[in-house]
Amino acid sequence: MIVRLRQPRREVEIPGGRAAHAVLRDLGLSREGHLVICNGTLVPSDTMLADDDVVEIRPVISGG
Amino acid sequence: MSKCRSCGEPAVVDLPRHNANFCSVHLQQLCTRQVERAISDHSMFAPEDRILVAVSGGKDSLALWDMLIELGYRADGLYIGLGIGEYSEESHRITAEFADTRGLTLHTVDLRAEHGFDIPTAARATKRVPCSACGLSKRHIFDRETRRHGYDVLATGHNLDDEAAVLLGNTIRWDVDYLSRQSPVLPERHGFPRKVKPLIRLTEREMAAWCVVRGIDYVVEECPMAIGNRHAGLKETLNAMDERSPGTKASFYLGFLDRMAPLLRERTDAEAAPEACPSCGSPSSSDGMPCSFCRLEENAGSHEPVPVRMVLNRVARRAFDAQWGEESSDDRG
Repeated sequence: MIVRLRQPRREVEIPGGRAAHAVLRDLGLSREGHLVICNGTLVPSDTMLADDDVVEIRPVISGG
Repeated sequence: MSKCRSCGEPAVVDLPRHNANFCSVHLQQLCTRQVERAISDHSMFAPEDRILVAVSGGKDSLALWDMLIELGYRADGLYIGLGIGEYSEESHRITAEFADTRGLTLHTVDLRAEHGFDIPTAARATKRVPCSACGLSKRHIFDRETRRHGYDVLATGHNLDDEAAVLLGNTIRWDVDYLSRQSPVLPERHGFPRKVKPLIRLTEREMAAWCVVRGIDYVVEECPMAIGNRHAGLKETLNAMDERSPGTKASFYLGFLDRMAPLLRERTDAEAAPEACPSCGSPSSSDGMPCSFCRLEENAGSHEPVPVRMVLNRVARRAFDAQWGEESSDDRG
């Protein structure tokens, strides 16, 4: 699946068949600091992500 | 598939501090109830009050404005153009579009057009971190515009994570003066308007989720000036604690408000009344000298404009180049 990341914007391709929280963990990202948006829809962290999904991992922490 | 705790429909978000998942409808209900509770618990404002919301184009301020309108309050917006290159241009575009599509009133103040400087230039002229000049400028303009337009109260989008991080920073330094002033409501006094923070019971993740389910376009990227700053580091520390023990941030900050802040409150009553700044007339504690903002304006206004990239630290510069592109960065200021 394609995973879109921010700050900076970039894309990585990783295998599907895993829960969103596992993907966050593998990428070294905290659950509390991110939302997972799968194919344009916000999803909970236990959602299983498939090979053909397009996933945005959106950071929520601001430093201002 | 996770189910919403309230209705059993498919959930869109998990909120570990509530040990629950929520659908879009009940996430919104949870958020508006938390805002109503904050407004009520701290007597922030009444239904008839006119509210000025400080909006930046980020998730928190736009969500706050959206929620206050949703709850039936009379709320207008104030946007300050800080001159932080394309970041400011995008945040202004998004904020203006938010207001236009909803038929809301947005006041705009452009720092360079009205005061002759921007934040990167102010940072270079004062040799201080950009967030210092930014905070000073925003506080001054928020106060002035609230008075100028006759609003009853100024509302800002500080959320639970913001306040918990400030509290952690103040506690680490045992800064009792700052701790005693850390409140979700600053009453109107000495010419300063009342200021309130209705989002103190909601986390950053909840605010971002509100924007996503409400279809609110906001600036997701961090301000280039704030990347890697101390405040963001404190938030990451608190989030690491919250992941191990959900609810830690809420317990830390809301427990402070409930049990510690009342013990510190008497210290704030002894504050001396400020004089009027001889230059702009705003309240000032500078003993007859121009206020801090007027001194900044004088100092930075005479300085050659400085491009954003020149005042970034190494980490922020790398992120800035990746986001906005290195080649054109010297053209902005």
